[in-house]
Amino acid sequence: MLLIGCPWCGPRDETEFRYGGQAHVAYPETPAELDDQQWAEYVFYRENPKGPFAERWMHSAGCRRWFNVLRDTVSYEVLAVYRNGEEVSR
Amino acid sequence: MADLRRSPLAHLTFPQGLTELPFRTMVNLRVEPSSETAARVEKALGTTLPRQCGQTSEAGSRTVFWLGPDEWLVLADSAEVISELVEALGGEPGSAVDVSANRTIVELSGPFARDVLEKGCPVDLHPREFGPGNAVQTTVGPVPVLLWQTDAETYRLFPRSSFADYLARWLMDAMSEYVPFAPQQQSWRVSGSEPDLGSLDE
Amino acid sequence: MSRLPAGGRVDRGTVLRFSVDGRELTGHPGDTVASAMLAHGIIEVGRSIYRGRPRGIMAAGVEEPNALLQVDGPCSEGMLPATTVELYDGLVASTLSGKGRLDPTPDPAVYDKKFVHTDVLVVGGGPAGVKAAAEASAPGVRVMLVDDQPEPGGELPSDVVVLTRTTAIGSYDDNYVLALERRTDHLGAAAPANVSRQRLWHIRAGRVVLATGAHERPLVFAGNDKPGVMLAGAVRTYLNRYGVAAGSQVVVFTNNDSAYDTVRDLLDAGVEVAAVVDARPEVSVDVDVRILTGSAVINTEGEDRITGVLVRSLEGDAVESFECDLLAVSGGWSPVVHLHSQRQGKLRWDDSIAAFVPDGAVRNQEIVGAANGEGLWPTRALWLVPSDSYDTHFVDLQRDVTVADVWRSTGAGMLNVEHVKRYTSLGTANDQGKTSGVNAIGVIAHALGGSVGEIGTTTYRAPYTPVAFAALAGRERGDLFDPERTTSIHPWHVEHGALFEDVGQWKRPWYFPRDGEDIDAAVARECRAARNGVAFMDASTLGKIEIWGADAGEFLNRIYTNAFKKLKPGHARYGVMCRPDGMIFDDGVTLRLDDNRFFLTTTTGGAAGVLDWLEEWLQTEWPSLDVHCTSVTEQWATIAVVGPRSRDVVSVLAPDLDLSAEAFPFMTFRETTLASGVPARICRISFSGELAYEINVSSWYGLSVWEQVYEAGLPYDITPYGTEAMHVLRAEKGYIIVGQDTDGTVTPHDAGMAWAVSKQKDFVGNRSFSRSDTARADRKQLISLLPTDGTTKLPEGTQIIARDVALTPPVPMLGHVTSSYHSEALGRPFALALVAGGQSRIGETLMAHVGSELVPVQVADLVLYDPEGSRRDG
Repeated sequence: MLLIGCPWCGPRDETEFRYGGQAHVAYPETPAELDDQQWAEYVFYRENPKGPFAERWMHSAGCRRWFNVLRDTVSYEVLAVYRNGEEVSR
Repeated sequence: MADLRRSPLAHLTFPQGLTELPFRTMVNLRVEPSSETAARVEKALGTTLPRQCGQTSEAGSRTVFWLGPDEWLVLADSAEVISELVEALGGEPGSAVDVSANRTIVELSGPFARDVLEKGCPVDLHPREFGPGNAVQTTVGPVPVLLWQTDAETYRLFPRSSFADYLARWLMDAMSEYVPFAPQQQSWRVSGSEPDLGSLDE
Repeated sequence: MSRLPAGGRVDRGTVLRFSVDGRELTGHPGDTVASAMLAHGIIEVGRSIYRGRPRGIMAAGVEEPNALLQVDGPCSEGMLPATTVELYDGLVASTLSGKGRLDPTPDPAVYDKKFVHTDVLVVGGGPAGVKAAAEASAPGVRVMLVDDQPEPGGELPSDVVVLTRTTAIGSYDDNYVLALERRTDHLGAAAPANVSRQRLWHIRAGRVVLATGAHERPLVFAGNDKPGVMLAGAVRTYLNRYGVAAGSQVVVFTNNDSAYDTVRDLLDAGVEVAAVVDARPEVSVDVDVRILTGSAVINTEGEDRITGVLVRSLEGDAVESFECDLLAVSGGWSPVVHLHSQRQGKLRWDDSIAAFVPDGAVRNQEIVGAANGEGLWPTRALWLVPSDSYDTHFVDLQRDVTVADVWRSTGAGMLNVEHVKRYTSLGTANDQGKTSGVNAIGVIAHALGGSVGEIGTTTYRAPYTPVAFAALAGRERGDLFDPERTTSIHPWHVEHGALFEDVGQWKRPWYFPRDGEDIDAAVARECRAARNGVAFMDASTLGKIEIWGADAGEFLNRIYTNAFKKLKPGHARYGVMCRPDGMIFDDGVTLRLDDNRFFLTTTTGGAAGVLDWLEEWLQTEWPSLDVHCTSVTEQWATIAVVGPRSRDVVSVLAPDLDLSAEAFPFMTFRETTLASGVPARICRISFSGELAYEINVSSWYGLSVWEQVYEAGLPYDITPYGTEAMHVLRAEKGYIIVGQDTDGTVTPHDAGMAWAVSKQKDFVGNRSFSRSDTARADRKQLISLLPTDGTTKLPEGTQIIARDVALTPPVPMLGHVTSSYHSEALGRPFALALVAGGQSRIGETLMAHVGSELVPVQVADLVLYDPEGSRRDG
């Protein structure tokens, strides 16, 4: 049971959150101009690193805000949490 | 017309320490807290919009709950607050939506209140961390609620109306250690629909 | 009797009566069933699981492999170690042969959970744990100690929260510890009503101190499993804590100094110790007993209980025998590292004490005392005593696994301890190898020639000790198993005999049978009422979201496949939303309340997911849009009034409205006040294809307005209908149910809704429609199927194949049935199906595979009923 520090509500149990997959995958500004490969990379392709991984979570049982978590996929340690538009500060 | 209303828990008989506070006015308010609009809203409410998770503010019979960085719930005794808030927004970015019937309020009180909640609430309710005047959105059992502590032994839970019956029965079950009472048949439960648990027997 | 005249922490003044295997026995408060049995000289328990060998009580705690009980009660429970079951008056138990019985009786006991937070959690109430808790205690610091015994092993400051009879069973990320408290098990019939029998504590701790101690290991020699072979530490526990001598003539077999504490205490209690057999060549201890150094017990004598042992020097051949009724064994001690290892804590092999010890602690944890290897005794590893045969050298007593079995697995090529475990089942019993694990690794190392440290342990997994499923479930059983969401109108449905269907967590009326009707008859009648007269249904479960802001129209344009920006206030539009991959995700009707306000509806099951989806785009991609979303699902009760006579009914309810088709056309809505004074928003929306109105009121008035509709409709025999009739009506019109007719692989085009996909604007998912795969002509497309016999109702899921295809597997599958009903309006059964290239197959005959039959079906247009839509325009 991870303890996730919601940037607005403070530390809460993992069960209060919704997982949103890899962070910083921006929606392409002009999808129509992408070729199939580029579009497929946006839609289907995600990292699966061993170690630190930036991912999105949403505090669904609390403030309903999406934010970013840097989490170690081996130790499950939450290394950092940061709001949209912020940089990681560990 | 008031007698045409029916609250979500009207069918239940409560044990001591549990009751429903139905038919309160609630407004879900969204506004950018640093904006001039927010200042207008605060003026209309006569109190500040709390800026931190867990905080509430009060003005007369109105209470404002922090729900998110640009979101609040305004609780009031009467409906005029809705139009006051819409007027204060003045068409600027934000929203003030009537959610009075979206939830109901269940009040749990007694020396056992915190013990009962700790049977299903993952938030730290120890007095060091949470006390009168605090309110957070969390879960009690499997039900999402806004949880508000009003005094040392009283909490008010705001479940969505559709969850209210389940939450009230969950609380009554959790209270039975402290307030023994005969487990009640839900008045709308159809008799004979109980699952046959003996069917494992060969 | 072997209860000593004095000593122990039992209340000798009180006598408790109990029975085991039909034998009437007595004991005292403070006893376990095992200690009370031993006090009567009973050591033998149920025979071993596979080989039927006599077995006896071997330990004094949770590590016990043999003495397992089935304990009677309102709901009997099995596989409880007799060494952990506290005695109460009237206890009735039987010993088991490695397998318990599941009692089919519903368990009447209450179980609950408790969620708490603490600054420091100490696991284990022995001296190290008590010391750690006392040291952590300070003003303002929350300290908690859990211990599985009835009392902690020392005085604790009063501000430390102490949970006794509580076993920490699992350790999870960020110091989340689950601990099971046995609250009333020791009280028997005196247990108070309404108090949970067991409580699962969910503890979040800033810091965790593991003071979990160590488990003693037995030694591995021929006949080491017979009743009377007992861990030396357990012998000492029975002596000191329970005042019980487990035997009258004792031989001790050890490879370390710890067993000499047992020797001394036995001698002090006046129990005869015949000899100490010590595997070490040299020993420097001071006890008044003959010590045979460099020696081992090579076999035991006796049948149901040992009567003696044979001892031989490890170097020589001379065999000496000793009479005894108890053999106390110590093969060294294993720190209890389970909770450490469950958190991926590392272990290292410490050769001097022959044990795996923690190699550093997990973040924000600390390991103290014996759990950290502290104070354990120098040990000469002796993994097995040499012999001609290894068929009775037991490693895992609960699984009846011997050295011969382990070697059979290594001989078969199992080189990894995890493989040996699975090949032999070693360590998989409910004691989870607490006494056998390290010995097994030693035996494997002996066979393979590696070191124990290199072989390493198997993975430690929660729970540390077995837990009843009911305790894990807590309150969420029976009526409280899962939330049942209900609408404001629910009481009426119950009162009027509705049968209910689960839709997500919602309880929705499925159909309203009248006397003697089955589902088919009831649904047919409900459908007829909607098509020919008037019917009404509770649609309150639809998800509802208010969307405010100057950019709300632009936002919906980006989210929905069709256009909303130019929708006029007072009008409604059906919309489809897709994921970026172009697949349908949700659908529903959206109203434009005014220039800057929309009212969006979602599917019943999709409400939360859609709101999260909208917020995700607004917060992470388009934060500059002036849009705010608010969920109002329960704010509104929604009543659909459907059928050619619906206008007559609504006109009574809403006399202020001009309901003519000209003044109030399809896909518009009006705000009004009902005759009853209730404010309402009435929409011309139809999910049935008939003239229909949806009345939305505050859910405070939902039940009342429903009753008003019923009253107003009585002259027209208004009929309540449920989800089944709703499904039939919508399927006749080719309206999809997201999640039934779609499955995450269906585009709007596939679902026959190309008309709902704008070519004028971009939206989420649009780019995917030009992917080669999404643009294929032979994609599975939603069409209707009409069984040509006019009578077969195809089961949902039925596979569709070509007419002339050879039936030799693999038979190419063209698609499958997603929805299937009997249509009252068409007078025949029909189905919706996803079929490859379906839209170009209209008129073709295909085959449906029903049971062992092939049923010819004709492919038809998706819309079977009133394709011109003249009826809904009323």
